[in-house]
Amino acid sequence: MTGLLHQIASGIASGAIYASVALALVMIYQATHHVNFAQGEMATLSTFVCLTLIQAGIPFWVAFVVALLLSFAFGAVVERVLMRPMMDAPVLASVGVFIGLLLIINALDGWIFGYTIKPFPSPFHSAHAMLGGYVSPHEIGATALTLLVLVLVWLFFRFTTLGLAMRAAAHNPASARLCGVRVNLMLSLGWGLAAAIGGAAGIMVAPIVFLDPNMMSGILLYAFAGALLGGIDSPLGAVIGGFAVGVLENLFGAYVVGTELKLTVALVIIVAVLVIKPAGLFGRAVHSRV
Amino acid sequence: MPDDISPAGTVPRAAKPVLPGRFTSRHALWMGLFLAVMVSFTFFADSYRLFQLTMLVVYAVAVLGMTILTGYSGQISLGHGAFFAIGSYATAILMSNYNWPYWATVPVAAAASALVGFLIGFPALRLGGLYLALTTFALAVAVPQILKVNALSDLTGGVQGLTMDKASAPFGLPLTGDQWIYLFSLGVGCVVFLMAWNLARGRSGRAMLAVREQAVAAEAMGVGLAGLKTRTFAVSAMITGVAGALSSIAVQFVAPDSFNFFLSITLFVGLVVGGVDSIPGALFGGAFIEFIPNIANDISKAAPGAIYGVILIGFMFLMPRGVGGAVVNLIRRAAGRGTKAGLAQAPAAE
Repeated sequence: MTGLLHQIASGIASGAIYASVALALVMIYQATHHVNFAQGEMATLSTFVCLTLIQAGIPFWVAFVVALLLSFAFGAVVERVLMRPMMDAPVLASVGVFIGLLLIINALDGWIFGYTIKPFPSPFHSAHAMLGGYVSPHEIGATALTLLVLVLVWLFFRFTTLGLAMRAAAHNPASARLCGVRVNLMLSLGWGLAAAIGGAAGIMVAPIVFLDPNMMSGILLYAFAGALLGGIDSPLGAVIGGFAVGVLENLFGAYVVGTELKLTVALVIIVAVLVIKPAGLFGRAVHSRV
Repeated sequence: MPDDISPAGTVPRAAKPVLPGRFTSRHALWMGLFLAVMVSFTFFADSYRLFQLTMLVVYAVAVLGMTILTGYSGQISLGHGAFFAIGSYATAILMSNYNWPYWATVPVAAAASALVGFLIGFPALRLGGLYLALTTFALAVAVPQILKVNALSDLTGGVQGLTMDKASAPFGLPLTGDQWIYLFSLGVGCVVFLMAWNLARGRSGRAMLAVREQAVAAEAMGVGLAGLKTRTFAVSAMITGVAGALSSIAVQFVAPDSFNFFLSITLFVGLVVGGVDSIPGALFGGAFIEFIPNIANDISKAAPGAIYGVILIGFMFLMPRGVGGAVVNLIRRAAGRGTKAGLAQAPAAE
């Protein structure tokens, strides 16, 4: 029983990371109907930047904020330069550009920062494990911080004018434009925000999985599974889906398939969702008309 | 911002579909010449060059599988490395564990890949192209883990992989093993290319193109959408599986980490470089996959990834029909039938 509780607790901790990346994916999907295959690599780049800042002697939280601001700017630039011309392109072209971006960022990470696996400092120190040793202080801190980010994002979209404008631009660009919303600017902001959320997830997971250029490839897969499970067009669904995938992955890994097949769990979840309920748990079913 | 209301993509859409034409005597002449050159390499090239040429054929066949899928039915796969792996492992397991002769394993490898392709394609193909890309992406990432599973290690050799004996020339032909393997791969490659050519210009090819251009209209004309897409996926997986089998025979070794995500991406890059809807373009794709990483590796460890990425984005923006499309265009223009096909606007895949 304690083993089960332990698995669920650490599943929630990794679920928080998946939820953040899934949210970043869904935000971009909602606005552009593209899936950003480079989301994970962008987060890894943010994490490397953060580590570099910390090693330069900057306090953790300052480095954290600066890295997220830089990620925001990077995301906005990528949207402006690479994605804007792809807005109406066929799926193949956008997938090609995203995969290209993934490869370039991955190579840049390796080239600049090296391929050795690096430890990453955790900001959450504690002499003793909390909650009877079920979870580490870092897991609790990371989960809390992720939840805080998610709540902030929700508040932003729900209660600010800018958030409303961004939602309008994502849902109905033509009408939003006629109401005076600068849709293109909103798309850039959305990309920036998604990059920052992904970056926060990367920095929070790095102390657990250690940092190397391929750190996020598995995590991106779980985030895909979470986003599909929750419904690829539902931000709330993505968050719940991310947590669910985290718990499922840990339980299956511990009791059913063993840790060596954990990535396959994500594959099975993706296929199962697409077969049984393609719209996901919280998504809207899309009916296309001729 | 009035121009914002109808944002015009600067990326040219896929051009009007070009059905492979009738097989004319000029085609036969060019192909004969090309084959003669390829066969002559058997006697001029040293064994290292022969191995590289063998792998060129292998990758060209693998890319051809993706051409059938993406170019003809408009579906995107980021996980064809998985089918390459299934073909490779089918051959390796039969040769290494059961002492089958190498040539007999190729049909089994083809059947195994086709079956798995059918099973994977069936759920994903009922949905939009993006979902298939996602599913196959997941497949590509998960493959090495599946190959390493302990429960299967008696069969697959686990992390260590499997080694095989080298094939030797039959009937007492005066050829070295490398020469024979090259000729064997070339022969199988020719058969597969001819089959793909016939498939593409026949009834199935037309149905696939119709589905790519206008799925609803195709369905209205009696094309069974889900069935056709699933069968196309299975054929595509089968062709790439054959490539995997040939690669096992040539390399005489398989291990899980050769079939990682990067292999799938490499095949995807080869597809884009060769031209998604060009059957001869698969050859350019194969040459690109075999030779560019060798050159790039001399520069730095990070270089292949960066070069692939830059080339992918560059081709998407500047040459969306790849080398194959560009060559076809050049030939047409030279022949006085210039249509500027590369710039023509046509309904896109999805």
